[in-house]
Amino acid sequence: MIRICTLPTGTALGAGMGLKAEHYEHAEACEAPGLWFEVHPENYMVAGLRLDWLAAIAERHPLSLHGVSMSLAADQLPDADHLHRLRALINQVQPTLVSEHLAWSTWQGQYHPDLLPFARSHAALLRIVENIHYAQDILARPLGIENPSHYLHLDGHEYSEVEFLTELALRTGCSLLLDVNNVHVSAHNMGFDACAYLDAFPAQLISEIHLAGYSQDANSSLLIDSHDAPISEEVWALYRHLLQRIGPRPTLIERDDQIPPFEALLCERNTAQSMLESLENRS
Amino acid sequence: MSDSSLGVFQTAFVAALYGQSESAELLALTHQVGFSVYRNTVLKGCVDALQANFPSVERLVGTDWFRAAATVHATQTPPSDARLILYGEQFPAFLDAFEPAQNLPYLADVARADRLWIEVHIAAEDSVLDIAAMTCINPEQLGQQHLRPRTDTRWQWFAEQPIYSIWHCNRLALDLPEPLVWQGEGLLVRRQAGQMQWQSLSEAECLFLDACASGQSLEVAANTVLAFDSTLDFTALLGRLLATEVFA
Repeated sequence: MIRICTLPTGTALGAGMGLKAEHYEHAEACEAPGLWFEVHPENYMVAGLRLDWLAAIAERHPLSLHGVSMSLAADQLPDADHLHRLRALINQVQPTLVSEHLAWSTWQGQYHPDLLPFARSHAALLRIVENIHYAQDILARPLGIENPSHYLHLDGHEYSEVEFLTELALRTGCSLLLDVNNVHVSAHNMGFDACAYLDAFPAQLISEIHLAGYSQDANSSLLIDSHDAPISEEVWALYRHLLQRIGPRPTLIERDDQIPPFEALLCERNTAQSMLESLENRS
Repeated sequence: MSDSSLGVFQTAFVAALYGQSESAELLALTHQVGFSVYRNTVLKGCVDALQANFPSVERLVGTDWFRAAATVHATQTPPSDARLILYGEQFPAFLDAFEPAQNLPYLADVARADRLWIEVHIAAEDSVLDIAAMTCINPEQLGQQHLRPRTDTRWQWFAEQPIYSIWHCNRLALDLPEPLVWQGEGLLVRRQAGQMQWQSLSEAECLFLDACASGQSLEVAANTVLAFDSTLDFTALLGRLLATEVFA
């Protein structure tokens, strides 16, 4: 069945922040309007103190679970135990959003902590459609699927990334998570036009936007999606350009390394929040 | 195992990531500078996880030494679970055999202590024995009672070295006691009111907890400990352990 994902209207999600362990107390207490938090569920698919912390945050703020290890682009079904653990976490913290990446990381019983690439062939499309269906059936909800960063020129692509993601959404009912920093990094590394990529991205399928900082590879001209720096001016400009076409969407500020104080991240987040609010006021 | 082109690609890609082999089909990728980005990111992810999971080991050897050793381990033994807080189950045994660690004979046991901390940190909360209810039990029946250690508690006796002192001081970034008496020490790690707690245990206390965990009745477990040390004040030992709320 072909379904088009529609966003809930009147969503209260404005700009959110990645939740870091060192910011728990600030995060729990912060009352900024529209604020929400995103975590990697893999860090909380255990019992004990971590889960208690997350449950306390979830009582006060909307939450997004952004997975990094479902390995949807692997040539095998996602791990059922992993999906059932994620389902249990979803039941416990009731996230507003649940998302994953268009990438693979688990293969033959080993987990390789990265978002690994593949050729976007028709066979890969069919495999990933099956994998997303399998995951969504166990999770009993649609996923948002994110465009990854690219560092390699691969042979065998039969679809552009936007075409591929659109096909996935039409065939599985998943929505799309558009990471603007990944578009900027990939456009630089692969040599395509980031604006043209954003302009081709189907607005009605976008359930969430990610913003992050990147770094320059020490040994080459490649940009690295390192989440260890403030959001660059180029990425803010792309975000502004995107919002003007598609309107407001829940937007996340990601930071996973060189973590600044909570207030500094909140300041970046407030920039995105202001941009979202100015669009809403305009409409 | 898949024999499709995607599956073949993924098997070859993983082998190349860890430098095990580079298939002819993959040379077009591994010769690109971008391939090293994936290689570096995968290894960094593994090493970061080990560094987060074994902070006392890192403090003992320094960050550079730790990350070099962790890189060797990650290359040999990638994670089998995406929950990276579980990664490193085999890291203590790796350190036991790791040639550059041979002049640090306590390192692997300190890693075991870090691992006990994690196991307690991520355990589901267990109930606590109601000591008041115990006092109502008929004394003749008390010996038949089974004290079950809480599932969110871990302990271990380290027979050869003062692992509790070394681990405790490095976990909290304290100076080691002077002089450090080179004798066996036990460690108990538990949770209380949402906080991690730990303390040293005697060999007899560890033996008693082992006996209780194996399902022995209070009387049999007490006899096990008294067979180890007939001069022991068992009532005092039991009182100390009950006070730490280690039983469910």
